[in-house]
Amino acid sequence: MTITNGRRSGAATGPADPVAIDQWYAITALDEIPIGRTVRTELLGVPMSYCRDHDGSPLAWLTQDSLPAGAPVDARTLHAPLPTLADYGYLWTTVGEPDGGLFDIPETAEPDRRILNAGTFGIFTSGPRAVENFLDMGHLPFVHPGVLGQQPFTEIVDYQVEYRSSEIYAVNCLIFQPKAAAASTSGQMVNYTFRVPHPLCALLYKSTPEDDVRLDVIGLFVHPIDDGRVRAHLFNCLLDTVNTDGQLRRFQQGVLAQDKPILENQVPRQLPLDPDAEAPTRADKTSNAYRRWLSDLGMTYGVVARSNS
Amino acid sequence: MTAPDPGSLLHPVAGCADLVPRHVVKARLLGQDLAVWRADDDFVNVWADRCIHRGVRLTVAANDGAELVCPYHGWRYSNRSGNCAYMPAHPSDAPPRRLRVPTFRSEERYGLIWSGGSPEAEPPRLPHLEGEDTLVLRALPVNAPPDLALQGLLEWPCQPVPAPGDGASISCDSAGPFAVAVTARTGGTEEAVVHFVQPVDGGRCVIRPVMRGAPAADRRLSILRHHARQLEELRTRLESSAGSPVAVRGPSTPLQPLRRPTATAVSGRAPQLEVCVARKWLTAEGIAAFELAPVSGQLPSFQPGAHVDVHLPNGLVRQYSLTNGPGLTSVYRLGVKLEPDSRGGSRCMHVSVHEGDRLQLSEPHNNFPLRRDAARTVLIAGGIGVTPLLAMAQTLQRQELAYELHYFAQSDDHLAFGEVLEPLSTGLVKHLGLSPDQTADEIKKITHDYGTASHLYVCGPGPMIEATRAIAADSGWPEDAVHFEYFKNESELHDASSFEVRLARTGQTLVVGPGVSLLDSLRDAGVDMPSSCEQGVCGTCMATVLEGELDHQDVFFNDSERAAGDRILTCVSRAGGHKIVLDL
Ligand code: FES
Ligand SMILES: [Fe+2]
Repeated sequence: MTITNGRRSGAATGPADPVAIDQWYAITALDEIPIGRTVRTELLGVPMSYCRDHDGSPLAWLTQDSLPAGAPVDARTLHAPLPTLADYGYLWTTVGEPDGGLFDIPETAEPDRRILNAGTFGIFTSGPRAVENFLDMGHLPFVHPGVLGQQPFTEIVDYQVEYRSSEIYAVNCLIFQPKAAAASTSGQMVNYTFRVPHPLCALLYKSTPEDDVRLDVIGLFVHPIDDGRVRAHLFNCLLDTVNTDGQLRRFQQGVLAQDKPILENQVPRQLPLDPDAEAPTRADKTSNAYRRWLSDLGMTYGVVARSNS
Repeated sequence: MTAPDPGSLLHPVAGCADLVPRHVVKARLLGQDLAVWRADDDFVNVWADRCIHRGVRLTVAANDGAELVCPYHGWRYSNRSGNCAYMPAHPSDAPPRRLRVPTFRSEERYGLIWSGGSPEAEPPRLPHLEGEDTLVLRALPVNAPPDLALQGLLEWPCQPVPAPGDGASISCDSAGPFAVAVTARTGGTEEAVVHFVQPVDGGRCVIRPVMRGAPAADRRLSILRHHARQLEELRTRLESSAGSPVAVRGPSTPLQPLRRPTATAVSGRAPQLEVCVARKWLTAEGIAAFELAPVSGQLPSFQPGAHVDVHLPNGLVRQYSLTNGPGLTSVYRLGVKLEPDSRGGSRCMHVSVHEGDRLQLSEPHNNFPLRRDAARTVLIAGGIGVTPLLAMAQTLQRQELAYELHYFAQSDDHLAFGEVLEPLSTGLVKHLGLSPDQTADEIKKITHDYGTASHLYVCGPGPMIEATRAIAADSGWPEDAVHFEYFKNESELHDASSFEVRLARTGQTLVVGPGVSLLDSLRDAGVDMPSSCEQGVCGTCMATVLEGELDHQDVFFNDSERAAGDRILTCVSRAGGHKIVLDL
């Protein structure tokens, strides 16, 4: 990956990819951020730091020597602060100049929703590989057997992929799940909708036993540390009245713990965008659409770009 | 003398003893990551360490003894060929033959597995190691370029044995471009160790010492320790002289995977493979079994339910199902029943084809594919109809999927392939000496309780297939859950009509006259149509229909597929009206 001067004044290093730079990224769940104490990380390979101010509002800045990890922060003395958002329970920031705010998740406005960060996982992979895994139904019976899928019911029946206002939607995705509802004694086919509103964020809508009409929303928001390391946040926006936060977290963390070793054994870590680099089938329509979409956006960070484009 | 290109030579990649059963070992040669595994038939596979589907390392795949199973989406890859054998997301599809993991050569010599190299290359043959047992000593990975290691091995020779004794003469010589041999002579005894250097990549190597002779058990441990210590010292020296960071020089040529003749454009019905009858035996009353081995190279892989066309010495072409289970990839195994009214096919196989004879085959076609995503799989075999179902049963058994194999035959003596049936016993139910009515009653019992995700496969005499389909339909089995394969088309064929065919892609229009098949007309017009049975049984000559009424005369489609009218078997079926349009 070419290292050039970042877009924002003061950013020492960063990718040369304006598509990746000019995005908001979820760094950490707001309620996990210490108040007034520096936390250091990287975003797209650019060293940055963050904390919450004494009033609870998030602060982010390009890492400066005077503020080592744990150092007390005074918002007034920060030079070169980064823009921040506090949305969906996360601190979002950017090292570029995003065009507008964040994508909308209308369900988060419903008062009876349970919104929480069900877990943050460090994974040695690229952002696009992590998102593709989240969109992938074919792996459920193999990587999450007995939970999100079950062998031998491995067929992926045809579903539809659509582009709606420059987002990807995959609809009518059916998968056999052994424990679709708490009360079910035998498995059943579950209907998923996937939505990709952002190069490194994806959402999944799934029916819930607690409501006939509305859907549970589960999201994956990726914080790319660099092009081979991520922190993946699992966002929950559920209609669940049964499980405790702890139970919801344990469930999602169990799921991600199964994906992690697979993702860390994918080579290369970057997602190949060339259609011939890997061997997709009809079941991989969403992932094909995602790869094409990234390619059309001109994304070059965390991917192996197409040779001819 | 110029140094040979390392890419043209074979190099060691593992010790034979490292290939523990049902494991996959990681190796690297000339910058290529490799997954090395031994199948239950002892064949050693050296493959690129990457699932072609979504890039997962195959060194984390499961070795089930016959196939590697990728942990991400469960793609299965066959022993020997590296072909994808099954894609679980598409249970009714046979994976295209181009889906194949790159494979590399594998040879065993001196207790090591050798790979890479040009097709003609041989593992080195060294006088130091010939004619005796060898002891493979501990291999040592070194963070230093291979040439530096070779130089170091010459400069600081490792003593072959702990104390060679006074007056021992030690000689050290380069034993080929990637090996150093050390010999110690005392009196009449001579001990030799050859250090092979495996070029991992430009900056790293593995030193693999092999000792001549198998030392007595009481000396063995001290010898192993002695070598481990010496090599550790050598490593320290090498790594410090290589400096850090190691200058990684890329390999001169990347490793060349084996090329395989893949899915040659299927031309008509021409034979594509030459095989030799490796074994022929009488497996049951009136049933001859054949094992056909490739004359060169390896056999194309196939899925359960597949058949091959056998081009007989008398000029006839006959289809026989492959009975192979997933573990058997070195031969095709067929069963042929002697038909009393044989038109020359089965008689020729029984009487004129002998062990050692050569035969021409087509590549396997599969028009009777097995789904492996069923909650219940029922296999119903009538007599010799057991052959494709044997392949299915063995596959299901190996994958630990529940199945029942109902085998209807005249008597115990008529049961074919007893040695294959034996280990299937959990799923096998024999039905012997039943009349057609009794058979129908049994089938009623077997199929009476249809449940979702159940699939039924039937193969046998025509009337038995008819009966089974009717009974299953009565018991509520949906048509798409009932799969069948006839041996022959016993219906009377009508070819008196004449009609017009338009080819949508090429724009051609042809006229098919009376007495001429649609298939032949298409071929005359230059369309390269594949075919196999040419009697409406196997489905190989299928074309997609865009427009027009059809006169189906095959026994391949079920009723709803016929009614859909979107596909036609061109060998026997014709237009129902004056004109059809094909997607060709
Ligand atoms: S990555 Fe191996 S099966 Fe999908
Ligand atoms: Fe997953």
